[in-house]
Amino acid sequence: MSALKKYLGILWMLLGPVIIIFLFMQASEKIAAAAEGIARTNTTLQWSIIILIFIPICAGLVIFGLYAWQDEYNHLPESASDLNG
Amino acid sequence: MNSAEKNVTQNITQVIAASSLGTLIEWYDFYIFGSLAVIIGQQLFPSDAGASALINTLAIFAAGFIVRPFGALVFGRLGDLIGRKYTFLLTLVLMGGSTFLIGLIPSYSSIGYAAPILVLILRLVQGLALGGEYGGAATYVAEHAPVGRRGFFTSWIQTTATLGLFLSLGVIVLTKNLLGAKAFADWGWRIPFLVSILLVGVSIYIRMKMHESPVFTKLKSEGKISANPLKESFQKRANFKMVLLALFGATMGQGVIWYTGQFYAQSFLENTCKLDFNESRYILLWAILFATPFFVVFGSWSDRVGRKWIMLTGMLLGVVCYRPIYQYFLDATNVKEMQKTMLQTTSEPVVERGLVKDKLDSLVTTTVSKTLNNGMTFKESTIVITPEDVLEPIPEVQTVIKDVTLTGQSYIMVIVLVFFQVLLVTMVYGPIAAFLVELFPTQIRYTSMSLPYHIGNGVFGGLVPFIATLVASFAGSTPLSGLWYPIGIATLSFIIGAIYIDNKVDNNVMD
Repeated sequence: MSALKKYLGILWMLLGPVIIIFLFMQASEKIAAAAEGIARTNTTLQWSIIILIFIPICAGLVIFGLYAWQDEYNHLPESASDLNG
Repeated sequence: MNSAEKNVTQNITQVIAASSLGTLIEWYDFYIFGSLAVIIGQQLFPSDAGASALINTLAIFAAGFIVRPFGALVFGRLGDLIGRKYTFLLTLVLMGGSTFLIGLIPSYSSIGYAAPILVLILRLVQGLALGGEYGGAATYVAEHAPVGRRGFFTSWIQTTATLGLFLSLGVIVLTKNLLGAKAFADWGWRIPFLVSILLVGVSIYIRMKMHESPVFTKLKSEGKISANPLKESFQKRANFKMVLLALFGATMGQGVIWYTGQFYAQSFLENTCKLDFNESRYILLWAILFATPFFVVFGSWSDRVGRKWIMLTGMLLGVVCYRPIYQYFLDATNVKEMQKTMLQTTSEPVVERGLVKDKLDSLVTTTVSKTLNNGMTFKESTIVITPEDVLEPIPEVQTVIKDVTLTGQSYIMVIVLVFFQVLLVTMVYGPIAAFLVELFPTQIRYTSMSLPYHIGNGVFGGLVPFIATLVASFAGSTPLSGLWYPIGIATLSFIIGAIYIDNKVDNNVMD
């Protein structure tokens, strides 16, 4: 199980940027396809919000993957002293 | 039961009642906006904005969710510094005040774009307040709960989100039925917002009488309160890794299951299946009514078998069952196909003539009410738009189905399937407060548990209706395409939770 936790860390680290690239591609496609004027403004606004929200979350996923790769999740804290230590 | 045990039980019952009432009202305030998204869209945006009005409203709705993590940071920090009691009193005042003010905002036709801007601001305040509320209430109850029964006692707090939705739907349906559809759409939709001020007043009175959490009081008297909860929560690797684990392995999946079962289901029935306004709400009301006790069942069960697998089973069942369930919704309401073989009666047509807004094109709407031989009814409108600025105009014809009502077996079946989705909600949500409380130490508990909870619920969950509606509007998509978002997120969360989370129940939250 420890090895699985560790090597899946690579997947989580890769997944973060992949999601952001996918969102950027979707956003540019949908914004280009929207009719000029208010519809395009709406689409741009919606996708900007989505991307802005998901960038820090995907960064968190990369850090999660990094911690997993560094075996941080092999032993979870059992008391506050483990967390404060 | 001896007198000491009796006192503990009495005390915890009062704690749960006072905490839950306030949290219930906060959820009520938050959900009336979502439940009235379509009507608010018509009031806040130009009347010909159509689908864009709905999407924009959902964006405002989503904005209320997106700021929840910021509320978690601001009020979580306060709660760890000055105490749980005063922090969630403050959030209650902010929530009640902003909800009441939304009910007073003039419509787009009176003040133009100032209307959506004002609502957006108040919606952001609501989101901030909610971000601070839940973590405080869950922490407060958990810190009062006896050892070995934390799942059971915190699960009462967990019922409040669903009961808040139930209450909001009930008030909306009741107001609409009393006033009639036209008056409700014109001004009656404001009543559920205005009513909130009374509920909040009662809750503030009750909460003022509550005492501070004993665990926090002890910490304070020993001078062990955290000097900087934000720094300790997110800059200490040992704690931050648990925040990330809570988010990706539990709250992210829990959030999408919650909002798919209780929001997207109703939105899908009303907007995609064209079910009658009241009927789509009655279905959800029945489902919630029968499913709500299971929050306590699963919360209590998690004290004995652990939190992890109950929550993850709920996620897995959602992943597997969502598409067949929503396919049934489509099939059960496909009156366009059914009328080819089952049409029984058609009413006299009602014809309305007019002009397309801001144009000279003529608009003729012919509406007939139809009944099928299985008892289902619906309205079919044929809209003919004839351009006036060309020599040989070609009329544009659209057929719109609306106000579908189900009967008999299919009505029961839809209730059962929505109930099943809410049951999955109770599985993922019932044990999660106890799970989060046990992950973090007292000094930084409010801050640490609030952030992953509100990113999971507010961002991943709150965006379900918005992203699913957006995905379903893409070219080449089917009505079920929107489900790929909750299915994908729940799958990811299930895998991470299954591999990385322990199933252990931590009995000591005094540390």
